[in-house]
Amino acid sequence: MSVSPANEGGRWRALPILGLKAGKLIATVAVTFLGLLVVTFLIGRVVPVDPVLAVVGDRASKSTYDAAYIALGLDKPLYQQFFIYLKQALSGDLGVSVLTKKPIIEDIARVFPATLELATAGIILGTLFGVPLGVWGAVRQGRLPDQVIRVVGLVGYSAPIFWLGLLGLLVFYAKLQWVAGPGRIDIAYEYTVTQTTGLLLIDTAMQGEWGAFRNVLAHLALPATLLGYFSMAYISRMTRSFMLAELGQEYIITARVKGVAEWRIIWVHALRNAAVPLVTVIALSYAGLLEGSVLTETVFAWPGLGQYLTNSLQNADMNAVLGGTLVIGIIFVGLNLLSDLLYTVLDPRVRRRS
Amino acid sequence: MTHFSKFLAAAIVTGALGLTSVPVQAETPPDTLIQAWQLDDIISLDPAEVFEFTASEILGNSYQPLVGYDVNDVSDIFGVIAEKWEVSEDGKTFTFTIKPDLQFASGNPITAADPVYSIQRAVKLDKSPAFILTQFGLTADNVDQMVRQTGDMTFELEMDKAYAPTLLLYCLTATVGFVVDKELVVSHEVDGDFGYEWLKTNYAGSGPFTIREWRANDVVVMERNDNFSGDAPAMARAIYRHIPEGSTQRLLLEQGDIDIARNLGAEEIVALADNPDLKIEDGIKGSIYYMGLNQKSEFLSNPLVAEAMKYLVDYQTIADTIMNGKVKVHQAFLPEGFLGALDDNPYSLDVEKAKALLAEAGYPDGFTVTMDTRNTPEITAIAEAIQQTMAQAGIMLELIPGDGQQTLTKYRARSHDIYIGRWGPDYQDPHTNADTFARNPDNSDDAASKPLAWRNAWDIPEMTAAADAAVLEKDAGTRAEMYLALQREHQQVSPFVIMFQEIEVLGIRNNVNGFIIGPSFNDNSFRNVTKTE
Repeated sequence: MSVSPANEGGRWRALPILGLKAGKLIATVAVTFLGLLVVTFLIGRVVPVDPVLAVVGDRASKSTYDAAYIALGLDKPLYQQFFIYLKQALSGDLGVSVLTKKPIIEDIARVFPATLELATAGIILGTLFGVPLGVWGAVRQGRLPDQVIRVVGLVGYSAPIFWLGLLGLLVFYAKLQWVAGPGRIDIAYEYTVTQTTGLLLIDTAMQGEWGAFRNVLAHLALPATLLGYFSMAYISRMTRSFMLAELGQEYIITARVKGVAEWRIIWVHALRNAAVPLVTVIALSYAGLLEGSVLTETVFAWPGLGQYLTNSLQNADMNAVLGGTLVIGIIFVGLNLLSDLLYTVLDPRVRRRS
Repeated sequence: MTHFSKFLAAAIVTGALGLTSVPVQAETPPDTLIQAWQLDDIISLDPAEVFEFTASEILGNSYQPLVGYDVNDVSDIFGVIAEKWEVSEDGKTFTFTIKPDLQFASGNPITAADPVYSIQRAVKLDKSPAFILTQFGLTADNVDQMVRQTGDMTFELEMDKAYAPTLLLYCLTATVGFVVDKELVVSHEVDGDFGYEWLKTNYAGSGPFTIREWRANDVVVMERNDNFSGDAPAMARAIYRHIPEGSTQRLLLEQGDIDIARNLGAEEIVALADNPDLKIEDGIKGSIYYMGLNQKSEFLSNPLVAEAMKYLVDYQTIADTIMNGKVKVHQAFLPEGFLGALDDNPYSLDVEKAKALLAEAGYPDGFTVTMDTRNTPEITAIAEAIQQTMAQAGIMLELIPGDGQQTLTKYRARSHDIYIGRWGPDYQDPHTNADTFARNPDNSDDAASKPLAWRNAWDIPEMTAAADAAVLEKDAGTRAEMYLALQREHQQVSPFVIMFQEIEVLGIRNNVNGFIIGPSFNDNSFRNVTKTE
């Protein structure tokens, strides 16, 4: 008899059910996107900012201003503006940024890999440290390790990331010189690498530019550690909480009575069950990092989605804001979908209900 | 759990050791100038459209105008692409002759066809800075007749009126007057767009550097122009990196990862002053910091209130502490260095005098007004200081923070009480600021033109006529006197509290020499920059 509710043998029999579930979710996604577009579009039109100013500046003549007003379609009724945008968006055209003068798709394809690389490194670090620390804290509940982990987590969760970033730069870049400074890569390496994926670690590795690879790693280390710390704080707290709930369950007592090794009880039985809600926690943390950590990107001069969106918002570049919002929507919905699918894989009770 | 503890400790140590083994660059390459600057205002690289500070500087180092001026004495105007020019007897037509044997970076020769095309396309494209040219009566319909090529190396530019001759010449030094490579741009024209779609992200100039790449909010890479007609720059490359934070710029500069930091705050400047590896250089700019008092306000339309407010700013303390050398006290609408600039600062903090003026105006207990304040650290700090001193006379100033576009939208709608802002001249002729601070040809809500005087609903038909007369005066001495008189009157009666003139401050590595800080951003030059070992 297995003491774990997880049933490894039945895991892959769930695939057809997953397909049906995915179909339903895709329909939900479409409605979500439409709602997202409507809300963002309306917010963009009601904010007290003149979008024409972003295009022509403060000193343009009336004729210049009027021409830009018409070119932006602002002379049309609001509903017409929205339907024009929707039609273009459905055909894959998110318009042109008034700031960069480039198609939004092209802009996002340029800035998103920077955020993806940073967020992925951050969530890997956050998970690698957050989950074991959370488990350790739960096992040593109330003792010194638990207190230390909770304080460290609290600092990570509550200290302004902007301040931590500057402090990190001062200590690890300026004083200790362990890491490289702001930016993704040194100028000396900038043109030795052809950006194929936009993920510089992968691009440099694919091209065998190991000097550039290590330089990229040096630039990535500090912001990724910072984001990792931020994620770790959340993940470790949640892991601790889930593990405490699991460790109080009867099946854990049964396992102990049966003489199962303590490490197996913790890492195989309890963590397996805690992993189900933990997947959602990690997925949402990852999504949060992927939408662009504005302050981290600003401090580390990281040319990612967060900076792009903030700059677009401040300049009323509504095409860019709408495009960026769509991407973030896709990220959240995609990761939610993924965590739902993983639920089904990890938890046989969900499979049976499906 | 001892195994787990050991594992965790080993992971942390391994991670720390891994970080220490990565290579860290200590200095910039000897043939490359690297500057950190907040680059997020760049929206185009097309001279017909560029109007922002950073892009103006980039174009100033990569394009050439017909004429230029000495940055230390702007009254000394000389030809750059133009060899010479003549003005017709009626003062309405300029005839330019182009220097022989000049070429663009592409290798195409520069002929009269290039400046003619450049001016015509700027007028026809009608982008933001086009008004600098269209104020001479040029329109999309007439520009082909008014700007005409008369020979391989000569062309004429006709104006609707006989303006002061320096007005046109100074306007041609603005980025909108830069000369583009006609052959190259025409080859990229699509559907009669004058190559706009291409040139906004590409390059077609003849300056000391070429623009290799602009990645928005990331980097601008420039390379030495091997076909440049003047002395070749010492730097093979000049790179701008988008670093928005002044404190981050400071760290990079101290570590030697950049050569020049462009957005240092007052605190960073103080902190870097004693660093033996760095130097601080500054140069006066034309931008003016001011407060605009909306004349639609019941309180602010009272001239005595406006005068009282001019005594409720602690000008020198703000310049010395909050701005710490990044501004100088200046209280006239023409900045220092301009023809006819008034160097007279009659106002200082005098709470008692302000109280007396407010009592005379009928507000002995003061009143409450709002001030729209752009949420940059410096403008916010200045606004808060003014809020304190205004309160001493009973004026309760409520600050309304907002980002640039938000406060500007409200300002242009004339729905503010007080607006605190910064105004930079568009070209070096005094008309540029007189046109906005001292002219308001139509004060109606739907006026076509929206100068600063209009935005503050200040109806000034007589002062507008005086400014119009000054722009037509041909004698420089007489013209300077006219602007001096205009500023004196403006200083006394206007609803503008003009406070400071900007000083640009740069943090530079000690081994970098030759950066020129000009009065406008397109005058900033790194053409002569050298680096020592």
